[in-house]
Amino acid sequence: MSHLLEARGLIVELPTPAGWVRPVNEVSVRINAGQSLGLVGESGSGKTMLSLALMGLLPPGARLGGEATLALESSAAKLTSLSERDWRSVRGGQIAMIFQKPMTSLNPVLRIGAQIEEAIRAHHSQLHFAERKRKAIDALRLAAVPEPEVRAEQFPHQLSGGLRKRAMIAMALSAGPRLLIADEPTAALDVTVQKQILDLLDRLRRELHLGLLFITHDLSVVAQVAERVAVMYAGRIVEEGPAREVLAHPQHPYTQGLLKASPTLERGALKPILGVAPHLTALPPGCAFEPRCELRRMECTVAVPALRLTGSDHAARCLLV
Amino acid sequence: MEPLLTVRDLRKTFRRGGGLFAQNAQAARCTAVDGVSFDVARGETFAIVGESGCGKTTLARMLLGLIEPDAGSIQFQNRDLLVLRGAELRSERRRIQMVFQDPFASLNPRMRVGEIVAEPLAIHERALSEKERLARASSILERVGLNEDALRRYPHEFSGGQRQRIGIARALILQPSLIVADEPVSALDVSVGAQVLLLLQELQREFALTYIFISHSLPVVAQLATRVAVMRAGQFVESGVAEEILRQPKNPYTRELLAAVPELPRA
Repeated sequence: MSHLLEARGLIVELPTPAGWVRPVNEVSVRINAGQSLGLVGESGSGKTMLSLALMGLLPPGARLGGEATLALESSAAKLTSLSERDWRSVRGGQIAMIFQKPMTSLNPVLRIGAQIEEAIRAHHSQLHFAERKRKAIDALRLAAVPEPEVRAEQFPHQLSGGLRKRAMIAMALSAGPRLLIADEPTAALDVTVQKQILDLLDRLRRELHLGLLFITHDLSVVAQVAERVAVMYAGRIVEEGPAREVLAHPQHPYTQGLLKASPTLERGALKPILGVAPHLTALPPGCAFEPRCELRRMECTVAVPALRLTGSDHAARCLLV
Repeated sequence: MEPLLTVRDLRKTFRRGGGLFAQNAQAARCTAVDGVSFDVARGETFAIVGESGCGKTTLARMLLGLIEPDAGSIQFQNRDLLVLRGAELRSERRRIQMVFQDPFASLNPRMRVGEIVAEPLAIHERALSEKERLARASSILERVGLNEDALRRYPHEFSGGQRQRIGIARALILQPSLIVADEPVSALDVSVGAQVLLLLQELQREFALTYIFISHSLPVVAQLATRVAVMRAGQFVESGVAEEILRQPKNPYTRELLAAVPELPRA
């Protein structure tokens, strides 16, 4: 089966005063239609830069290497070599993104309906006014916004955090994309609203046969929505596999550390990972996690370990597995 | 043993001309805190859990004297904070400090870290020279894990976790008895947040601090709290010993909150 999205050895390089750095360093991921991949990483791991690369939204001056292909109706788009003109139909039309902060990605002076209609017009210029309006309301209904006709006439500040997220989901889905990238979609939401949004995304994935790339730093959230998980550290994928498997039997010391540092309702089990993530300008020659790793050995400093299989479908970038 | 803090029937209602709080022009008032009472014992961690809009931040601001309550009393070390004035008020107020949620917004970006951390001394301990203030700042910064050259740098040069440590240092420099921490780790990555929680626990032991810990996250609260109060629409719907509230909640809203907590599969 061919994948909806396949990235192979994807590289993003950014110029800094200290030289070129690689926030995304030979990353390979695959997502099938109707499947969800959870990309887990903390600040500086490269997860957001990866999503921007997949949307053609890299900052000016960035260099892109490797390959990323998106399957279309009857062809495929090479995301790493699309012209800006081609991006205008792929971005939003084929791949859509929900950003982290709805108050900065929703226009505060436009009504919700108008913003969704704007997105629809960009991809379906043939539709006339009434159809666009109807489609916008359908999109809100799809995102389970109650009283969509009323909400469409409101401004973002009149909606609660959860409703704004739904409005963004509606906007992202309005042009009928195949792949949805959600960057920390539940950050700053209350836990009850978070559950609703996660359930919504899961339902939409199944009903619309969407591919879903779910980016988060929170392992407990990823467990709820992703079938597969990839953990990123310092620009590389350090562990990947089926979500349940990776979370129940983490192989990479960083993943193990993240799990122990994630608070649960059980008191006293919290254990931080000592130290901080390395600056991309000052990466060690060997494993990037080695300076913070409790299990480190001399061999770990020699070279960056390759991803090794630890099960039929589970891999970790560690010499000790 | 006397409670450190006694709060009785605290109330705050905001009045607005429609707009923000209302889809209809009628609801021009919002009762943010609707009669809250509780005691906090010395050395404990009293957690207030609630979702956005429940009034917990308004409550925190009233405890710190940033907002004036409409009704109720706040007794700190047996003195009524709402009745005191001038120098007496200041001397009690310095014993209650706050750690804010947003490590990016709570530090003045145009001040060096040394100045930020030493600023409370400039206000409350005027007899100190600048050199002495900075020495105290340096010492408290070191205690929270930042070294001396932090003094000369600006907030933007630090990560979110480090900025939160700076905020904690600033809260500690006046040697408070009570710290109100409003969502101190919500804006931080998981492993960074864990480090800050651990730091808060260590500091509590070392400096004999009492915490009021406000959070929307039950798992975070579960790590530190001795007692928990669940807040909704301006009122405490349930409160008690942390273990009991978390394991055997009586109130349906508490149960709803607990049920919504995502579970991490553990090996």
